[in-house]
This record gives sequence, C-alpha cells and structure tokens, in this order.
Amino acid sequence: MSTRTRVGPTGLTTAPALDVDRLLDDRSVGIIVCCGSGGVGKTTTAAAPALRAAERGRTVVVLTIDPARRLAQSMGIESLDNTPRPVTDVDPAAGGSLDAMMLDMKRTFDEVVESQASPEKAQQILENPFYIALSSSFAGTQEYMAMEKLGQIHADARRDGTYDLIVVDTPPSRSALDFLDAPERLSSFLDGRFIKLMLAPAKGPAKLLGAGFSLITNALTKVLGAQVLRDLQTFVTAIDTVFGGFRQRAMRTYALLQADGTAFLVVAAPEPDALREAAYFVERLSEDAMPLAGLVVNRASAPPSGDLSADEAMAAGQRLRAKDPASVTAGLLRLHADQSRSVEREARLRAGFAKAHPQVPTAVVPALAADVHDLSGLRRIGALLADSGA
Amino acid sequence: MSDWPKVRLHVVTGKGGTGKSTVAAALALALAGHGKNVLLCEVEGRQGIARMFDVDPLPYAERRLATGLPERDRAQGSAGGPGLVHALHIDAESALLEYLAMYYKLGRAGRALDKFGVIEFATTIAPGVRDVLLTGKVFEAVQRNSRNKGAIQYDAVVLDAPPTGRITQFLNVSNELAGLAKVGPIKSQSDTMMTLFRSPRTAVHLVTVLEEMPVQETADGISELRAVDLPVGGVIVNLVRPQELSPKDLTAVEAGTIASDLAAAGMTPDDDLVDGLLTAARDHAERRDLENTQRALVNDLGVPVYELPRLPQGVDLGALYDLASRLREQGLA
Repeated sequence: MSTRTRVGPTGLTTAPALDVDRLLDDRSVGIIVCCGSGGVGKTTTAAAPALRAAERGRTVVVLTIDPARRLAQSMGIESLDNTPRPVTDVDPAAGGSLDAMMLDMKRTFDEVVESQASPEKAQQILENPFYIALSSSFAGTQEYMAMEKLGQIHADARRDGTYDLIVVDTPPSRSALDFLDAPERLSSFLDGRFIKLMLAPAKGPAKLLGAGFSLITNALTKVLGAQVLRDLQTFVTAIDTVFGGFRQRAMRTYALLQADGTAFLVVAAPEPDALREAAYFVERLSEDAMPLAGLVVNRASAPPSGDLSADEAMAAGQRLRAKDPASVTAGLLRLHADQSRSVEREARLRAGFAKAHPQVPTAVVPALAADVHDLSGLRRIGALLADSGA
Repeated sequence: MSDWPKVRLHVVTGKGGTGKSTVAAALALALAGHGKNVLLCEVEGRQGIARMFDVDPLPYAERRLATGLPERDRAQGSAGGPGLVHALHIDAESALLEYLAMYYKLGRAGRALDKFGVIEFATTIAPGVRDVLLTGKVFEAVQRNSRNKGAIQYDAVVLDAPPTGRITQFLNVSNELAGLAKVGPIKSQSDTMMTLFRSPRTAVHLVTVLEEMPVQETADGISELRAVDLPVGGVIVNLVRPQELSPKDLTAVEAGTIASDLAAAGMTPDDDLVDGLLTAARDHAERRDLENTQRALVNDLGVPVYELPRLPQGVDLGALYDLASRLREQGLA
C-alpha cells in the first residue's frame, strides 16, 4: 500500500489505492467497521467484503442493520432474531464460511437490562414508559446497540473460536459520527445533571438542592403533569443501578474499536455532503487513534472511453442535431458529455478529499446499473472493490 | 396551476441520498411566486439550507433567504414581483425555551430547566419529545397566533423533514407522546397539531429515485402515512436520466451509423470513441429499462408524480431555480 499522494492524469490529486484483498487476508484484522452517512451503500459495502473474505478462507460473521429486503432474503436473514445464521451458497473451497445477522435494537437493549438486573427489577424497567421510549427510539440507541452486539459477538468469538472476522454495518444515520458518539452520548445522558437531580430525593436530603429543585419540579408538573414526573422518577431510580454496568461495557467496546485488530472502512458517495461526512469521520478516527483502513467511494460514474472532451462532444452533437433533429448519435454525444462532466465533477470532489487527507487509501466502485440483491451481486461488488485498488 | 392550492404546509421527505433537501428548497422557491411569502424550515441540524444557498449558518430565527422564482407570464415590473423565501433552522432546545416563554411565561424556571439539563434530558430520552418540539415550531409558523407578536404571516411553509423511514413517527406526535403524557397541556397541544397535520392544509411529499430500494421505501412510507390518516402529497422522482433517446433507438443503433454520423459532424471517428458510444448506448438502455420498471411501480402508487432531471454538473443556486421552474410547470407548486 503506497502512502504517497499521486497526481492523476487530470492534474488533480488522487489518493493512494486501497488494497482490499490485503485487508481481508490480514489475519490480524478481526473487526471491520463500515461507517458512512445514509444512502451511500453502506450495507452492501459491509456485505460484499464479508462474502469475499469468507470465500478467501476466513470464518466471517456480518452484522447488518437494515438491509434491503431481497438482499436480506438472499442471505437468509429476513427474520430479526438477533442470532447469526449461516449464509448458504458461499463457496467453501478456501475453507471459509459466512454467517449473517440483522440487529434487533430493542431486543439487544432488553437483553442487556435482563443480564444486569434482578428479574423483578428488570421487569419493572422493561415496563416503564420511559424505558420503552428510550429503548425503541433514543437518538443513538441503534448505534449504541450495534456496538453492544459487536462486543458480545467478539467476546463469544474469542471464547469459542467461532469467527476470525466480524464485519459490522453501522445504522443509517445522518452522520457517520453518531456511531462513535453513541456510548459517550449515553454516558453523558446518564451522568447528566437532571438524572442526578431526579435521583437526589432517593439518595439524600433533597433540600440541599433547595429552591432550584422545587422550581424545576413545579415547572415540569405544570408542563407534563404529575403522573409523568412520577414515571420518570421511577425510571431514573430503576436504571441507575443497571446502567453502571452498561457504561462500562460501552467503554470496553469503544476500547476494542481502538485496538489494532480493528479496521474502519469509511463509505461515501461522490457527493459533497457524503464526502464532507467522510472527512469529519476520518478526522475523528485519527483524533481518537482509531485504525482507518481506507475510504470506499461507491456509485462513481464510470469514465467514458475515448478522449473526446465534454465540450467537443456537445459541439459535435449540436452540429449533428442541426442536420437531423432526431439523430441518435447526437443524443449519444450528449450522454457522453454528461458522463464526462459527472466524472470530472466527482474527480474534483475526490481530489478535494485527497488533498486534505492524503494519507487515506481509497477504492472507487463504479455504479452498477441494477441494485445488488443476491450473492452474485455481492461477489461482483467485492471484485470491483478489490480491482479498484490493484 | 398548482395541484395543491389549499396546502399551507408542504412536508418533504425521502430516503437518504435522494435529494430531499434540494427538492424542498426548489419547492420553496417555486411556491414563492407573485408576492407570496414562503418559509423553508430544517429540523435535522445539518445546515443544509445555508450550504445550498451559500449563506452563513442559520440561527433559530427566520432569515430572509432568497427571492422566489418569478412567474413567467407576468410582465416585468408589474406590481408585486416575486415573493420571498425565508429560512428557519429549528432546534429542539430553542423551540422548548420559546414554547415555555410563549405559553407558560416560565422566565426564571425556563432558564433553570436549561441549567439543570432538563431540556437535554427531555430531548435525548425520547425523540418523541424532540419531535413534538420541532413539529410544534413548524405548527406555530403555519398557524401564527397573537402570542408571536409581529411575526411574518406565511402563505406556505416547506419543511425539509426527516427521512421516509422516520416521517410517520415524526408527524404522528400525539401517538408518540401517548405513552408519556396521557393528559395535561402537552397532550392537548399535540392534539391541536395533529388536527393541522391530518387536514387538507398539509401534504407530505416523498422524494425518490428510480431505484429499487428507494421506490420500495416510498411505497412503504405511503402506506404508513395513510394508516395514521396523514395526507400523502405527491411523489417527486429525482435524478432522472436524460429521456431524449428511446430504449428502442439505443439498442438498435449500430457502430457504422455512429461512425458515419461522427464523420458528418467533422470528427475523426476512431474505434475507441465509436465503441465507447456504443457501449454507453447499451448501458444507458439497460439503466433506462430498470428506471422504467421502477417508474411503473411509482405510477401505480396512486399519487401525482413529478420528475426532476439528473444534473451532471451538480446542484448550485442556478440549478435550484431551474428545478423550481420544473416543479411549477408540473404543478407541484
């Protein structure tokens, strides 16, 4: 893997190439995390290398979040049961295998509560309306639970030798950073002043808090009603004991992500927003000393063949159209021009990224005409990924 | 003539990557025709409006953003001229403080709530609470009352909303709160909001591209919206490939024809170029075929469909006005 920045034929900076096969064959890499903003093909970019690694001899499990229905069906994971299932039709010639599972967020959360609290207490928590809100829609629950599940699978795999590579897809969020921020967000939520305030009457003399406390409870009662406040207080008291363990687990998993056996693949589309998110993410990884394997740019426009420029193609097309308004060749020249312009625009966007982050190896995967919904489609993407780095 | 003359609140949703924010911005420009005032709101903290219009990051305050798309059939300089688009970046914390100030006169207590992290708590624990605060501000902008003194009255409000997968939950606020607040002022307030969101004055438009997953998600989104009586607007098909060539022509065209046409246009038709154009033709035909399969599914959804082209150079301010005029021509605005 060269780390020197190259200057491409267009005079724009191009990034060093990402060698995907070398990453997949590296036995010291036990976890690959695919991150990126929504709508960039993250799920496919997790599933395709997972399949490729399996067919190159590794024992792989892929943890997906929200795959397209047909892709999930073809991998045999359309039911949400939080357990990895073997994917059939994986080529076993190299001695590898692939399991897949789809994350059930609420169930993962419930399981953690059940493992941390006594049965009665767990029951009390699981039924509380605030817990239900928290576990089904806390901003970051999905991210947090993906991390929790990763920690569990990793611990199991280490103990039982079940898998030697775990590939994780991250939840479809606006920002790729949400995944990394989830444990911190949950911790700061649980350490928040308000939780402390709500716990205070249970733990010690509330009068220490004085006027502030009654001011707040009065205001809350006025806005929310007294019942809500009581539910809330029960909830906060109940979770306090459970979540100490929770926080520790989150921190352990976070440390796991910083370890050498982990590699992050940042996924983007050649669009300004997606690349900006990717850039934030790359910066964050380096701040937190997390191991970045590279950037995957999906859905790239394929460069048209021939060295005809967009302007020349447009001009020639216009000359043809003047003679024959229905000329098919004129239409093709226009397509050629559009395509060249898209390619130029994307190259400029990637160059901008490479300029700011010259050390990040990059793979560019051309857009396929059809959606990927079966193993052969995943194989094709896997091959394109590997080729783009060669 | 607009297909949606009664609609005051246009909610624009769509799967990630389909260009929903672009469509929301173009729709706002299109609606701000002759003398009309339009408010474009964003709620996801991404400052996408500021980037699209190349202005400084937006605060929690209505800012004048751009002039609307002029109406072509009106003579230049006739009275009025195009309307104005204002923009508002809504965040839950500011919305709650404003709400408390407006309805409860909670001056000191409101600040105490903030200081003790109550607002952070409330907006973190349950996006339900967050959503109610965000939609509550949108509601206020649509249905201005005397509490907000001196505020602009808008003819239309466009909301750049959360993605399709979350939109029903986002708008169905009274349901989201049902488990948490069964009685009390918040409950009655969210009921009033639902009355607006379910009325013909609201339309939820869905942005998609002609690919399998986004189309499937759009269909799912429409059934979810209908299941809770939220009014479905139109489907905006974005990023459509050029349509000039018919798939039949594309598959029938031969290398010989292309070569002689290129020569006729004064070019040297080398094999590389001819082959490239031919491959591009077949490839384009395949993609168009797939698009048509998806388009048929979209047309079967039983809602008005609008189409916007893929712009090879990307979307800049000029392109937004271009897209706005296409939306107006097709009757979305």
